[in-house]
Amino acid sequence: MAKQLLKGNVAFAEAAVRFGLQAYFGYPITPQSEALEHLSGRMLREARVFLQAESEVAAINMVYGAACCGVRVMTSTSGPGFSLMAEGLSYIAGSEIPVVVVNMMRGGPGLGNIQPSQADYFFMTKSAGHGDFHPIVLAPASVQEIIDMMGLAFELAEKYRTLVLIAGDGSLGQMMESAELPPMQPLPALRPNWAVTGADGREPNVITSLYLVAEHLEEVNLRLQAKLADIRQHEVRFVEAQTADAELLLVAYGTSGRICTSVMRQARQKGIKVGLLRPQTLWPFPAQRIGELCEQVRGILVVEMSAGQMLEDVDHAAGGRVPIRFHGRMGGMIPMVDDVLADLQALATSLGLAP
Amino acid sequence: MSQAVAVPEDMEQVYAYPRSLTQANSHYCPGCVHGIVHRLVAEVIDELGIREKTIGVAPVGCAVLVYNYINTDFVEAAHGRAPAMATGIKRVSPDKIVFTYQGDGDLAAIGTAEIIHAANRGERITTVFINNAIYGMTGGQMAPTTLEGMITTSTPGGRDHLLAGYPMRMSEILAQTAGAVYVAREAALDLAGIRRTKRAIKRAFLAQIHGLGFASVEVLATCPTNWGLDPWAAMQWAKENLGAFYPLDTFKITDEVKALPV
Amino acid sequence: MALGMVLIDVDRCKGCGLCTHICPVSILALSKDTLNVRGYHPVMVTDTEACIGCASCAMICPDVVFTVYRRRRETRSAVARTASAQAGVISG
Repeated sequence: MAKQLLKGNVAFAEAAVRFGLQAYFGYPITPQSEALEHLSGRMLREARVFLQAESEVAAINMVYGAACCGVRVMTSTSGPGFSLMAEGLSYIAGSEIPVVVVNMMRGGPGLGNIQPSQADYFFMTKSAGHGDFHPIVLAPASVQEIIDMMGLAFELAEKYRTLVLIAGDGSLGQMMESAELPPMQPLPALRPNWAVTGADGREPNVITSLYLVAEHLEEVNLRLQAKLADIRQHEVRFVEAQTADAELLLVAYGTSGRICTSVMRQARQKGIKVGLLRPQTLWPFPAQRIGELCEQVRGILVVEMSAGQMLEDVDHAAGGRVPIRFHGRMGGMIPMVDDVLADLQALATSLGLAP
Repeated sequence: MSQAVAVPEDMEQVYAYPRSLTQANSHYCPGCVHGIVHRLVAEVIDELGIREKTIGVAPVGCAVLVYNYINTDFVEAAHGRAPAMATGIKRVSPDKIVFTYQGDGDLAAIGTAEIIHAANRGERITTVFINNAIYGMTGGQMAPTTLEGMITTSTPGGRDHLLAGYPMRMSEILAQTAGAVYVAREAALDLAGIRRTKRAIKRAFLAQIHGLGFASVEVLATCPTNWGLDPWAAMQWAKENLGAFYPLDTFKITDEVKALPV
Repeated sequence: MALGMVLIDVDRCKGCGLCTHICPVSILALSKDTLNVRGYHPVMVTDTEACIGCASCAMICPDVVFTVYRRRRETRSAVARTASAQAGVISG
């Protein structure tokens, strides 16, 4: 496939179609509505299911229903819509059904605005609904990466029968970049044996998250936790740049991670030995690698479009071994390279590392 | 176990346990109408021969465990979301028969948006709606369908419309949607009513089998436990009081549905 | 010779009593002296000969306790004749 100029929202929607998306249910919300618009025509042309729901609450429950039938299904939204979906996400997690949800984060809290943000980090990684669970959270930093991660998201969702969230932000959804789409994948002919397909020649399948006996529900939770431990062990993903000789470490994901790539380049030109760790999975978080790097680097600068949410995970991973600074912008503001660079230089100076 | 009694040779069985009902003893209180309507749904599924391709969507409320009793594939929805879940299922499985079984809290309060939009889209699903004018599972609080003056655990002085609004006639509302092809209210409160209820449920399933659109049957029922009446007295009370506010009628039926042989 | 016969799955019964009210020949009653495995006084038939096999009990039972049999059409009239003849003897 040749590269083409693609808008982030259209790119992930089209990628999903090519990775075998069989049904999409969604509700328009800025800054991701182009995905829904793209799929409204595209899915019908492929004789697949597209439906604009009456709310995000309905959308996620339609997704839940379709997912119970064992098909590849997804929805996409942004902060306020994601809040409404929390109920459904918990049921999906509780009944261990594969579902993919894209959240193009925007400024909050409340109605906030439609500019990019990373302030749903806590919500997505730690508390996407009531009860004990973590979704897998993927964090793309470019249009190409969001395309690639759509395929990964479906694979992981089905491999672990779990919820996979894609943590994008408004800028990623709205930006246009050159990227390559995958070829069309054939749709599976069969549905998995756990799905509801009609009890023909077998006992009925019941998909539920209700376990009224405490001992039973604890067992279910223990099994869920064991699965999450397995995911934690095998599915941590991150990109590392110039860490071999790094004395300082930038930790940032998504759009902030891209900005930090520029910061790193400029800092290197000024003689600051800085590396970058960009988590591609926010859950499971690359805590172990950050811990290892803490044996090498002298200080960390965390950059986010929030008041400092991933910061807590970095802090936990570092375990007090090195000083951590934070550069955050909120309300739809994007960190500027010069400002981050200034903070990095200040950190270097405070550690006696300034060239 | 049944008593070991020899059946005379010249006798024929006129009532047998439905195939689409599991052998499980239900968790329902003695005399609960859910048991009757579960049985009717199972009988209809048997008569239509659709058990192997039917997928049920369970509600939240007393009937939350309906999947333990009706012997088909089932999913358990969040409170009120059964029509949305059923929509998702039906859209990706158009050859299956999908039904929701919902109570008045589930359908008429928290799930009002989902049921109205599913009906209005003309989703090819069947909804069985049990209206006993109270929240049974959570301990007898006011439902949207609770009558004015009715005492519940959250309307200790009786439902007062100035404070808590008026009872809602959901079937009349659903009948307004263009996508609904069959909307009826029956009462499983006496033999004739139970027979009519079964016939209506069968019609609602047939409408789906023929791909005609959204079909729902509201069933007036009792809650002996939370009404504080014995099961028989509760049925008489319901006939007199619920029946007075909620008329038994077919609020919408298209010509195609009318033409279906039930 | 009864026209009908009901079999009762005693341990399914919750003793709600709906069938005792609906039975047109009033031959169903809750057994006050026995409890089933679930701790309810289950329903019982007080006069097996009087059962007409109408299945009203099965129609109203929320717990599917009843299996109902009815004498086939061809023998039903003979039974009815016998019954009325007996009644004649008693009254006469």
